[in-house]
Amino acid sequence: MTEEIIIAGFGGQGVLSMGKIMAYSGVMQDMEVSWMPSYGPEMRGGTANVIVIISSDRISSPIVRNFDTAIILNQQSLDKFENSVKPGGILIYDGNGITRHPERKDITVYRVDAVEEAGRMNSPKTFNMIVLGGFLKIKPIIKLENVIKGLKKSLPERYHNLIPMNEKALERGLEIIRKV
Amino acid sequence: MAEATGIKEIIKPENLVYKKTKIMTDNVLSYCPGCGHGTTHRILAEIIDEEGLQSQTIGICPVGCSVLLYNFLDIDWQEAAHGRAPALATAVKRLLPDRFVFTYQGDGDLAAIGTAETIHACNRGENILIIFINNGIYGMTGGQMAPTTLPGMKSSTSPYGRDVKLMGNPLKMTDIVATLPGTYYVTRQSVHTPANVRKTKKAMKKAVQYQKLNKGTCFVEIVSNCPSNWKMTPVESNKWMEENMLPYYPLGDLKVPAEETTQKTINPEKND
Amino acid sequence: MEKELRLMKGNEAVAEAAIRAGADGYFGYPITPQSEILEYLMQANPYTTTGMVVLQAESEVAAINMVYGGAACGKKVMTSSSSPGISLKQEGITYIAGAELPCLIVNVVRGGPGLGTIQPAQSDYFQAVKGGGHGDYHLIVLAPASVQEMADFVDLSFELAFKYRNPVMMLSDGAIGQMMEKVWLSPQKERSKTVPEWATTGKPTTRERNIITSLDLDPNAQESFNKKLIDKYNEIREKEVRFEEFQCEDAEYLFVAYGTSARVCQKAVQLCRAAGIKAGLIRPITLFPFPSKRINELADKMKLILSVEMSAGQMVEDVMLSVNGKVPVYHFGRMGGIVTAPDEVVEFLKSKIIGG
Ligand SMILES: Cc1ncc(C[n+]2csc(CCOP(=O)(O)OP(=O)(O)O)c2C)c(N)n1
Ligand code: SF4
Ligand SMILES: [Mg+2]
Repeated sequence: MTEEIIIAGFGGQGVLSMGKIMAYSGVMQDMEVSWMPSYGPEMRGGTANVIVIISSDRISSPIVRNFDTAIILNQQSLDKFENSVKPGGILIYDGNGITRHPERKDITVYRVDAVEEAGRMNSPKTFNMIVLGGFLKIKPIIKLENVIKGLKKSLPERYHNLIPMNEKALERGLEIIRKV
Repeated sequence: MAEATGIKEIIKPENLVYKKTKIMTDNVLSYCPGCGHGTTHRILAEIIDEEGLQSQTIGICPVGCSVLLYNFLDIDWQEAAHGRAPALATAVKRLLPDRFVFTYQGDGDLAAIGTAETIHACNRGENILIIFINNGIYGMTGGQMAPTTLPGMKSSTSPYGRDVKLMGNPLKMTDIVATLPGTYYVTRQSVHTPANVRKTKKAMKKAVQYQKLNKGTCFVEIVSNCPSNWKMTPVESNKWMEENMLPYYPLGDLKVPAEETTQKTINPEKND
Repeated sequence: MEKELRLMKGNEAVAEAAIRAGADGYFGYPITPQSEILEYLMQANPYTTTGMVVLQAESEVAAINMVYGGAACGKKVMTSSSSPGISLKQEGITYIAGAELPCLIVNVVRGGPGLGTIQPAQSDYFQAVKGGGHGDYHLIVLAPASVQEMADFVDLSFELAFKYRNPVMMLSDGAIGQMMEKVWLSPQKERSKTVPEWATTGKPTTRERNIITSLDLDPNAQESFNKKLIDKYNEIREKEVRFEEFQCEDAEYLFVAYGTSARVCQKAVQLCRAAGIKAGLIRPITLFPFPSKRINELADKMKLILSVEMSAGQMVEDVMLSVNGKVPVYHFGRMGGIVTAPDEVVEFLKSKIIGG
C-alpha cells in the first residue's frame, strides 16, 4: 500500500502541521512515511503545501506530481492541484471561500466544511483535525488510535490538554464529510 | 445617495491629502504587516522624488528581507552579495562621482557578515549614504540572532535568550563608525511614530545634501521592528521597541558636520 | 544501547547525529534551507551534556576558519551552509585540504548561480567534486539520499576525515534538508579523548613541535607534497567507493543519479518497469571517489545511460568519462529549484529510446 497525498492551503492555516500529524500517525502504525513541505521566505502569507507519503514499503521519491489524494483548503490550491489528482483518485475540499468548485469527472470529490464546523464547535484551530477525520473516513489507512498517538508525538507536552478537543474534531470530520 | 455624493466629494483631486509617491512602483510590498521596512522605503522614495534625483541615483540592495527593494523604487539598482553592498557602492561612486549612491542594509547584512565592508567604506570616507535597518534579528531567514540582538532576547538561535558571555554583546555599529574620521554625518532614527518618520526624513534629506559636498560617508541607522520574528503584533512590537531597543540604541545624531560646512548645503554644487 | 526512532527533518537529523557522533564543535551562519541545523543545536545546547561547542559565527568565512582552528587541534569539528555560503567557505576549505586536516562540511544545496533561489538543486557538483577552491585537492564527497543517511553519514564523514586527514563534504540539497522521514538514531558516543599526534595542543618535551600550515615556498618540497596528496586520493579511489544499485541485473537502460534525484529515479524505474521498459539505477553514494569502474562495467549491458541531476549537467561529465564512449550518455534534469518529477524522467527516456 502506498498513498501519495498533497495538502494545500494558506500559510498559517495548519497545512504543514496536519501533514505532520499524518506522518507521525503513520510512524505509530509502523509504516514508512515522508513529509515534504513547500518552503519559502518566512511569514509572508501566501500558499503552503506539503506532500505526505504513507507506505508499507520503502518510499522512492518523496516528491511526486500526481497524487492519490488531494486535500484542498483554498481556491488558489484548488486551481493549482485539481489536475494533479491521479485518475480515479480523490479530492477533498473545504467549501469555505471556494467560488469555483472542482470540475473533474474522473475522480471522486468529497467536501468537508471544516472551517464552518470548527466555528460552530467554538474551536477554530481544530479545523484541520476535522479535515483529517474526513480523510480517514474515505481512506482508513491509519487507525484513529494511532492518529491520537501521532498527535501526542507532534504536539509539545504543554498542549496535551488540547488532545480531547482534537479527538472530538477528528470524529466530527468522520461524520460531516460527504460525497459531491 | 448622500453616501455617493460623500465619496465623490472625498475623491476630488483638490481634496487629496495623501498619495503614492511617484518613485514607488505598483508592486505589492513583500513585507509583513507593520514592518518598518515599508515605511523607510516610502521616505526614501519621497526624498528621491522631492530632490529630483530619480535619474541620478544608484541604489545597492542587501540580502535580507529588503532583498527585493529593487522591485519597489523606480530607480536603477544593483543587488549585492550578503554584506557586500558598501563595496559595490564604493566602486559605483568612484566611477560615477556625480551620482547619488546609497546602500540599504539590515543588521545581519551590515553588522555581521558585512562588518569589514562597512567599516572600511566608512574609514575611506566614501561619499555614499548607508541606510542601516536595525531590527535586532535576521528577519529574512526566520528570526535568528543578529549582532544587534539585545541581551536576553530570544531568537531561533538564542532560544534561551542571548547570553552575552557566550554570544557577545549587541554591536553598536553606528557608534563605531561615528568614531571614524571618514564619516561626515552619523545619526540614529526610527520610523515607529509619525513624529519619528518626519525626523528620519529630515535626517535622510540632510544626508542627500551632504553627499553633494564630497566630505565623507553619511550613515543613517533606523531602529526598527520585526513583528513576525519577535512574535508580536505590530503595535506590541513598536511598544517593545520603544521600551527595549531605544534605551540600548538611543535616537539622535552621533556625529554632525561643523557649523560652516552645514551652511554650504544651502548652495550645493551643481551635480549634473 | 539501542537505536532510537524519530521523525525528523534532514537538517535536524544532521544536528542530532553530530551530537551523538561525539562531535567537539559546530560553527555556522544562518542560511536557508539549512538554518535548522544551527537552530537545533542551539536548542539542544549540547555543551551542557557532551561538552560540544556550538557557535553562531559572524559569517561563513569566519565559520570555516573556526573549523580550521578546531581541526588543527585534532578535534571533531564541522560546519554547514547552503550554496552561497559554501562559496564563501572555499578559501578555508582549500587551506584545510592543504593542511591535511579532518573536518565535515555540510552543503544543503539551493539553486544558483549567485543569490539564485532557496529551493533545492544539485548545481554545486563541480564545486564539491572538482575542487571549488584553488590548488590540486579533493574533498571526500558523500551524497545522502534520505534523512536516515543525513544522520548516518555524519559519523561516517568523521571516520573518513580522520582516517585520511582530509575534509569531507556531505552534498545534500534543500529537499532532503527540509523533508521529514523516519530515522533510527545511533546511541550517544563519547567525545574522543585521543589526541592525534599532529594536533597543536601545546608542545610537550616528548615530541617535536607541530606546525599546521599549507605553505611551502620550495617548489620541490611543494611538488612532493602534491604527489603525496595524489597518492592519498588514489588510495581513497581504491578503497572508499560506495554506491547502490536498483534493478540493474536485467536492465537495458541505466539511470545514474545521486541524492534527491536518485529517489526520483527509483520511482522512475518503477514507472518504466510498469510500462515494460527495463530500466535500472545506480546511485553513487560517494561522488568523490566516483564509482567509475562499476558504471563502466554496467555500460556493457546497457543500450543507453541517462544521468539525472537537478543541474545543467555536471555529474554527466563523470558518467561520460566512466562510460568512455561505450554507449550514448544523456543528461536530464530540472533547474532553478524545481525538483525533477519521476514521470518527466520516464518521458525523457522514452524520447531517447524512440529517437535512438
Ligand atoms: C553568503 C550568505 N550567507 C547567508 C545568507 C542567508 N541570509 C539571507 S538574509 C540573511 C540575514 C538577514 O538579516 P538582516 O540583514 O538583519 O535583514 P532583515 O531580514 O532583518 O531585514 C541571511 C543570513 C545569504 N543569502 N548569503
Ligand atoms: S520578517 Fe520581520 S523584517 Fe522581514 S518583513 Fe517580516 S516583519 Fe519585516
Ligand atoms: Mg535584521
